[in-house]
Amino acid sequence: MAAPETTFTGNRGLQLEEPLIFDQGRPGRSGVDLPAAAAAAGDRLGGLERQGAIGLPGLSEPQTVRHYLRLGQKNYGIDSGFFPLGSCTMKHNPRQGEKLARLSGLASLHPLQPQSTVQGALELIDSCAHWLKVLTGMPAIVMSPAAGAQGELVGLMAIRSALEARGDARRRVLVPESAHGTNPASARACGYAVESVAANGRGRIDMDVLKEKLGSDVAAIMLTNPNTCGLFETDIIDIAQAVHDAGAFFYCDGANFNAIVGRVRPGDLGIDCMHLNLHKTFSTPHGGGGPGSGPVALAESLAPFAPLPYVAHGADGFLLVEHEGQGGGKPLGRVKGFHGQFGMFARALAYMMSMGSDGLRQVAEDAVLNANYLLAGLKDSLSPPFEGPCMHEVLFDDRFLAGTGVTTLDFAKAMIDEGFHPMTIYFPLVVHGAMLMEPTETESKETLDQFIDALKGLAERARKGDVAYFQGAPRLTPRRRLDETLAARQPVLRWRPAGDKTVE
Amino acid sequence: MRYLPLTDDDRRRMLAAIGVESVDDFFRDVPESARLKEPVDLPRHSSEMEVERVFTRMAAKNLSPDTVPSFLGAGAYRHHVPAAVDHLIQRGEFLTAYTPYQPEISQGTLQCMFEFQTQVALITGMDVANASMYDGATACSEAVMMATRINNRAKVVLSGGLHPHYRDVTATMGRFLGLDIVAAAPDWQGKENPARLVDGETACLVVQNPGFFGHLRDLRPLADACHGKGALLVAVVTEPLSLGIVESPGAMGADIVAGEGQSLGNALNFGGPTVGLLAVRQKYLRQIPGRLVGQTVDTDGRRGYVLTLSTREQHIRREKATSNICTNSGLCALAFSIHLTLLGEQGFVSLARLNHARAVTLADKLAALKGVEVINETFFNEFTLSLPKPAAAVAEALAGMGVFGGVPASRLDPERSELEPLLLVAATETASPADIDGYVGALRQVL
Ligand SMILES: Cc1ncc(COP(=O)(O)O)c(C=O)c1O
Repeated sequence: MAAPETTFTGNRGLQLEEPLIFDQGRPGRSGVDLPAAAAAAGDRLGGLERQGAIGLPGLSEPQTVRHYLRLGQKNYGIDSGFFPLGSCTMKHNPRQGEKLARLSGLASLHPLQPQSTVQGALELIDSCAHWLKVLTGMPAIVMSPAAGAQGELVGLMAIRSALEARGDARRRVLVPESAHGTNPASARACGYAVESVAANGRGRIDMDVLKEKLGSDVAAIMLTNPNTCGLFETDIIDIAQAVHDAGAFFYCDGANFNAIVGRVRPGDLGIDCMHLNLHKTFSTPHGGGGPGSGPVALAESLAPFAPLPYVAHGADGFLLVEHEGQGGGKPLGRVKGFHGQFGMFARALAYMMSMGSDGLRQVAEDAVLNANYLLAGLKDSLSPPFEGPCMHEVLFDDRFLAGTGVTTLDFAKAMIDEGFHPMTIYFPLVVHGAMLMEPTETESKETLDQFIDALKGLAERARKGDVAYFQGAPRLTPRRRLDETLAARQPVLRWRPAGDKTVE
Repeated sequence: MRYLPLTDDDRRRMLAAIGVESVDDFFRDVPESARLKEPVDLPRHSSEMEVERVFTRMAAKNLSPDTVPSFLGAGAYRHHVPAAVDHLIQRGEFLTAYTPYQPEISQGTLQCMFEFQTQVALITGMDVANASMYDGATACSEAVMMATRINNRAKVVLSGGLHPHYRDVTATMGRFLGLDIVAAAPDWQGKENPARLVDGETACLVVQNPGFFGHLRDLRPLADACHGKGALLVAVVTEPLSLGIVESPGAMGADIVAGEGQSLGNALNFGGPTVGLLAVRQKYLRQIPGRLVGQTVDTDGRRGYVLTLSTREQHIRREKATSNICTNSGLCALAFSIHLTLLGEQGFVSLARLNHARAVTLADKLAALKGVEVINETFFNEFTLSLPKPAAAVAEALAGMGVFGGVPASRLDPERSELEPLLLVAATETASPADIDGYVGALRQVL
């Protein structure tokens, strides 16, 4: 393909180059006007006034707006197009949630104003918790965790607290090979040793291996269900039984709840503890990396150890229990400042109310239907490692690229030129060159058909041996492939003024 | 249903293409006993209008600090957020993007995070900052865990000026990791010397500036004391605007800075989501938790940005990662960054001065009331009052009169009777001269 045409500015029509704010600032310029301050009687800084300038750039409001607008145009979001990023549930983010979370009576509330003045906010948290309890079929839910990973950690802390309360300190947590990286990292952060459990040829937990590993020092197993291969763990009830027989707890990573919401309640499967990512199943936006929210559902046996704070029903209204002794149980402490990701609860509750019990069930059905439709459309061109049907996501490996010289990464980059966000690649670790696609229920059949056609075309092109096409992809993006080795070898993690010789 | 594009006809054709009768076939791996035959016991779907009605009703049951004079702080500060901030973060290209794993189509998020990292490093006076943590409290506990990894020690000293939530979160983490967390008693007078608790076994001392009770302190003697014992100084900042006029922790010798960024660009949101800040000295870079954005070039030699040094992170290192964090506070960090871009050096410093001036004015007026004592000799935009009555009752009575007069210290540490008369009072630029006079009048009435 021809080299990009050059222009004097470096811009190419709507593809506008945008320098750093630090290259645009001028001293004395600001995008904010402030009221004049009446002179106060001296300062109270105790001689600790900042010495020297900070070095922040000055931009006006029009420059600032243009800067971020131009940068936004270099991003791909769900609003831009199909985003089948497996395990991440990139579904449509309803704008109603943005509007309602910004109501002054919600967004402007201070976390420590008197409880009598936030009864509506406590009701909102309580309603959100109620919906999640009914959907999971579990009796208690901890609302405070900031994201899925923190939910995992809190769940494990509750497990460890319950074990220690019965005088049964245990050391190990079992984590399947296919698990997300946060699972072993959370187990470690809870003070446990991690032991990996292999998958069987059907992409599921190997019951024999599991039974062998279960022993009197196993505190818990962390299982994702449906798992990260997009498959339901068929033996789940037997797994729960075996885990409980060994005196251990059953943690379920609920990142994939979208596949079963409204159709299956984790509480009916023998699960003791499960986090939910409100930024996945419950449609709160990912915001380019966060924020999220990771409530954890708990079984009766773990509920007394739930961390502070939590909302309770008091004699005259809702009560926010912030300290041990104000409520029952043996809370494991506090895990986050204030009361959790309230703004996310608002969005998730608006979503759940909009969909309702009937709509949420339809969500699972359409999400699973869409994934199976991709599987059916692509199984002859790509290579599925496991027998279907799949749940809400479909896994392929790189056998269909064998001998072509094209890698999973190259294939993904070629998809970018077709206008799609690639699927999750090289995860899970249990198959070679993994491609994990999660279409979600908010995509139309027309979009899926176009995607299937494009991928079949790319697979055909790879088989025909056009390696250079793939290795040079993407070509039509604001930047082409970036040198990640250079970035890691000579880290430049911040702008520095010209002449600043500090080496990093 | 408005978020679902598939029609019944689409579904039929798709099932036929797949070659199954019904979607139930896809759920055949689910144990029969666990397959729900009917929708769960919750209301059915609702229109946008119906949902909005419920939310409007819940919102109306709260007393919004937007509608009354408000002097609440204690780690969460109400500031005026310029209209452009909220507009820009709601652009779908930022709002609905994922973590920038495909850099060619994520340069927007990546460049913004690179700018954010730089801004955080500049205001804290540190070498590098990460792309955000969940909030200030978890940033603090992550900073502590980082320190224990760096010098391989297990004792951690928390100053009595540390926000009680930060103390409690760090204590929870520490308990599960077998750390020895020594928390000093609440230092409401601003007189403690936590350096005396630092010994040769201490991994770090954690000090907040301005402190929870508002006092400012010179970190230099503490940094010297720590370094003399081989310990690190972790500085916590819960009001980043203070850095506009108060000397930065970096300039005063801190090794790690953990902070809460809510003050800039973010609404109070009843406490979340907010954005944790974490900045460190260059030499500790490889121990930092969370995501980092770095500069590089593309195949055409053009400047671009990528996520980097990810061998520290859970998706690569699993149980050996520096933290379990994955999703962070990206959009809140963007709001922080846009607000700081709008302010610029001049606006940031002026806004800090304005906050300080308002707080000084308020403190002087309150100090003139009978029985009211301002404890602080130094402060930025928040100080502690000692009242002749329990502060919680006073705050409740003031709220009844339509003034949020402050946060009673007992709300955070109810078991400590010495805190009962203490009220934390914050005055930001949002407190107009009329609000200030209204507050003084209301407090006079309540006492
Ligand atoms: C299977 C799985 N588990 C856990 C997580 C971690 O969740 P979070 O990013 O919300 O911390 C993810 C998110 O990417 C995931 O896909």
